[in-house]
Amino acid sequence: MSIQGTASSTSLSPTGRAGGRFGDRLLTVLTSGAALATIAVLVLLVEQVVNGSSLSISAFGLGFLWHSTWNPTLSAGAVNANVYGAAVLIYGTVVTSVIALVIAVPLGVAIAVYLAVLAHGRVGAVIGPLVELLAAVPSVILGLWGIIVLAPFLRTTIEPALHAALGWIPIFGAPNPTGLGVFTAGVVLAIMVLPIIAAVCRDLFLTVPQDLKDGALALGMTRWEMIRGVVLDSSRAGIGAATILGLSRALGEAIAVTQVIGTGSTITASLFQNGDTLASRIAEQFIGTVSRLQTASLFYCALVLLVMELIANLAAQLITRRFQKRRGLAL
Amino acid sequence: MSTATGSSTTLLGAEDRNLRRRRLTDRLMRLSATAAAGLAVAVLAIVVGSVLIKGASALSIPFLTQNPAVGLGAVGGGIANAIVGSALIVAVGTAMALPLGILIALYLTEFATPRTAPPIRLVLDLLNGTPTIVIGVFIFGLLVVSHSQTGFAASIALAIIMLPLMARTTQEMLLLVPGDLRNAAHALGVRRWRMILGIVLPSALGGILTGAILAIARAFGETAPLLLCDSVFGNTTTLNIFGTAIPNIPIDIYRYSESGFPSDHARAWGAALVLIALILVGNLSARAMLARQRRKLAGR
Repeated sequence: MSIQGTASSTSLSPTGRAGGRFGDRLLTVLTSGAALATIAVLVLLVEQVVNGSSLSISAFGLGFLWHSTWNPTLSAGAVNANVYGAAVLIYGTVVTSVIALVIAVPLGVAIAVYLAVLAHGRVGAVIGPLVELLAAVPSVILGLWGIIVLAPFLRTTIEPALHAALGWIPIFGAPNPTGLGVFTAGVVLAIMVLPIIAAVCRDLFLTVPQDLKDGALALGMTRWEMIRGVVLDSSRAGIGAATILGLSRALGEAIAVTQVIGTGSTITASLFQNGDTLASRIAEQFIGTVSRLQTASLFYCALVLLVMELIANLAAQLITRRFQKRRGLAL
Repeated sequence: MSTATGSSTTLLGAEDRNLRRRRLTDRLMRLSATAAAGLAVAVLAIVVGSVLIKGASALSIPFLTQNPAVGLGAVGGGIANAIVGSALIVAVGTAMALPLGILIALYLTEFATPRTAPPIRLVLDLLNGTPTIVIGVFIFGLLVVSHSQTGFAASIALAIIMLPLMARTTQEMLLLVPGDLRNAAHALGVRRWRMILGIVLPSALGGILTGAILAIARAFGETAPLLLCDSVFGNTTTLNIFGTAIPNIPIDIYRYSESGFPSDHARAWGAALVLIALILVGNLSARAMLARQRRKLAGR
């Protein structure tokens, strides 16, 4: 609206040279100011998170990363009272994300193959947007669905089956009576990550030159051999970048994970037991902390998460950029 | 290789079998790719279907027009205060993010040099990749810790989430504006700023606004930052965005979903239905409009 306001006022103003130059300069200043403001937001964000965690950093140092006690108790007699470490949370973050990727990467790549190579025009034009729509479902609704629909289903069917078949591996222990836990969180994350991986890979596969695909088919390859040998093989780096993008989404999800992971404070071998991630611990405890050190430790968790995200995002950027250069086009 | 000895019948058989195996693998792999796509659509249908079925039984006129009954486990009442509150904080957030997003996109397409554009783009990508709970922690440290939870803090957090999305779609739309238009304006001696405000922005405006709807739909469902900045609120409708926390739909769903009372689960489903209806309608209409806008701009 403000744009229209300025536009109409300009037609009233004299169109002298000085006025024109002033307008150019004003717009330059405004737009570059906005661009600088974005940088400022990111800098301020990092500064706030580091600042907020300083109390915990000076108390626990880097040991925070590998100590597993998280005890907000303040009573003087208690052992390890008011001591914090994030090892359990980092473990939970990594394990839930890995479960999500193990499920979502093969499925996402398969969906992308279907959409980019196999689907007939009209069917693909319906299914593609539907898959993308899955990403629009808010995490809090997916979490609600996870608690009430998915968790009972996993507890009564999938988890007993995995336990019966692969129970000799400790990670497939006895199912949790609530159905909540690390595995359930991983499945919910897989649903959230799937549309991202599918969409990125589809766009990637669409850029594979048609000549290469036609050539492979002309040599007598079946379509699957063409997909494996030409489409997938030439997109390996891009699939890696898509995986990292999915990972970065899974690492940071707080709400849905909090709803279905069941809150645990120990590392358990079985995936069917309760756990916690960095993000879910922040969501659970931030409102209602009992000490400044606890708040600072939650800030420290956010800092660890931020560093993990930065690494993942930069890695994805790096891979995509190199990949684009090699394929010689912008995605 | 084997074709050289193709006259031998046994080898022909082997080749036949080989071909059959390859065809079978081909069909199997194509079938499983199709099945994967079907599975994703099925998951979407099950999630949305659950919300529709379970939410419909909680939905009623009073549910939309009344404020909630007091306390967890209470029966009756609605989520009117949360609907009003969500609309308010998202509107204020949009009022901040949309102009800023447009200015950033203008900078990137019209003013930035090859040197200055990549860092800005990187920062936008990094902001976009930052977990929303960390954005919540950031705004908590900036505004809430020294003061109290306010709806405005939530609006700022939502604005930071929407900003990179809006900047990206706007940029995409600005790049679609035909170069001929710009050249014609230049040839007529039109000043750059007048060309941008009078020609480039108006021709991209439809696309920019539909892109904004997608970002707004995303902001409506965002829960994590609200949990830290805007979650301790009462049962009444309030518009005092700078003074108190503002009731909102996502936190209602979150709180009711964590409760053990069946009546709260019913309320959660009802609120989820309202939220998902808003988001899906926004998404579907924006997508349809966006596709048309792209065709219009590209085809001119």
